[in-house]
Amino acid sequence: MNNSPASIVGTHARAILLHPEDNVLVCVTQLQPGDELLIDGREVAVAEIIGVGHKLARRLLRPGDKIIKYGAAVGSMTAAVMPGAHVHLHNMQSDYIPSHTRTQQKPTRSENR
Amino acid sequence: MNTAVAFQGYLRQDGRKGIRNLVVVAYLVECAHHVSRRIVTLADDLNVHLIGFPGCYPNDYAYRIMSAVCTHANVGAVLLVSLGCESMDRERLLTQILASGRPAELLVIQETGGTRATIDAGLAAVTRLREQAARVKRVSMGLNELIIGTICGGSDGTSGITANPAVGRCFDTLVSAGAACIFEETGELIGCEAVMAERAVTPALGAAIEACVEKAEHYYRVMGFGSFAPGNADGGLTTLEEKSMGAYSKSGSSPISGLIKPGDIPPTSGLYLLDVVPDGEPRFGFPNIADNAEIVELIACGSHLILFTTGRGSVVGSAISPVIKVCANPDTYRRMAGDMDVDAGRILEGRASLDEVGEEIFKNVVAVASGARSLSEALGHQEFILTYKAFEPIGPACLPVHHSR
Repeated sequence: MNNSPASIVGTHARAILLHPEDNVLVCVTQLQPGDELLIDGREVAVAEIIGVGHKLARRLLRPGDKIIKYGAAVGSMTAAVMPGAHVHLHNMQSDYIPSHTRTQQKPTRSENR
Repeated sequence: MNTAVAFQGYLRQDGRKGIRNLVVVAYLVECAHHVSRRIVTLADDLNVHLIGFPGCYPNDYAYRIMSAVCTHANVGAVLLVSLGCESMDRERLLTQILASGRPAELLVIQETGGTRATIDAGLAAVTRLREQAARVKRVSMGLNELIIGTICGGSDGTSGITANPAVGRCFDTLVSAGAACIFEETGELIGCEAVMAERAVTPALGAAIEACVEKAEHYYRVMGFGSFAPGNADGGLTTLEEKSMGAYSKSGSSPISGLIKPGDIPPTSGLYLLDVVPDGEPRFGFPNIADNAEIVELIACGSHLILFTTGRGSVVGSAISPVIKVCANPDTYRRMAGDMDVDAGRILEGRASLDEVGEEIFKNVVAVASGARSLSEALGHQEFILTYKAFEPIGPACLPVHHSR
């Protein structure tokens, strides 16, 4: 990207860093298993399909870690993941109100706030 | 960017200026919906819009919003259609619309002779009202007389990177040109309350903003769901606060001049936050059952046009005020280009900067204010939802700057 807007502070070709303090990147074109990404100078192999607009781990993330995006906390990890892994509903949750999907509409987890 | 632009508006007798000259047909209870829809369908005119309220029980909020949209600057004349036994105070509403200088008529189905007779009478009324509305005076109008609302719908992981901050840039331009801009959905600003409060023009307004987001969080918690749809997750958003951070960027970087509620018109130029979550203990269900319920509230606050950002691909427009669609996701744009006025996904693919897209949105605002139809408007989208709610008036800290527009 030659014409990066100011809010996109770094590019990783197919995923972008929105803020220097973020620990997730945002996918710009769909990633496939086996795709190689350069994250902070290290080669990372992608293990799963990650769609446009979805997040991937910039570094090793542990349960309870706050996810930082736009430089702000947007939730917490519920499982550990390696750099390059898809970060979404299966390993991350809200610190406010639980999210729902079409198949799971009765959130049961206890509120931690 | 040249912001010293002028266009031809419609001068209403109450002094307000509109960018459209519409006849609205309003049903005052669901039982009058079919008759009203037939009147609008048979009138077959993009400038005759159908609006209405389905409920039979009285509600101060619904009355207030109905009277606000019937006397909106884009509305030139009104036909009210009542069944006859519902609670909406039709005589008071008619009197209020007439007092604003707008031609208006009332048909009561039970007195007019039923379905067929009322449809015939309604069509004749629309013909008369169109002729009367056409006599409106055209006058020059500037950006400093515009009120613009923004909303996001069908957000995904691209919304907060492309379309929303681009609308924010456009809002900054509009505010500096003297327009009033409104952003909303406090339930989708959960997590942003502290940063938002810092932008308030007074500390007391900042405290009021924080309290209103806290109210929203409580309300949604009682409902059991945040303002977060399955499509948001399909598009890569995981949590409500993540969606909030992206939505918040629509507001741009201007100071926040005030906190208003549905039906309040911004008293000055500047940036306003619209509190859409009802006051008091939660009743009547979800604050806004779908995006158009929020758009109606933005219109009730005087919005002449609406900037609507979407990632997943919403197609809606609105009755009364044109909707400009800004598409965040380049894949969605390629699939649904016929619905999208602006392709903000170019930012993601390095084909445009945020500033360039912000300027393109601004140019769209000027074009649509000058009479060009937005895509949803040309396609005939005229969605309208009005439901039950309860609000207390805004507090003294909410509007620190008072001037009449």
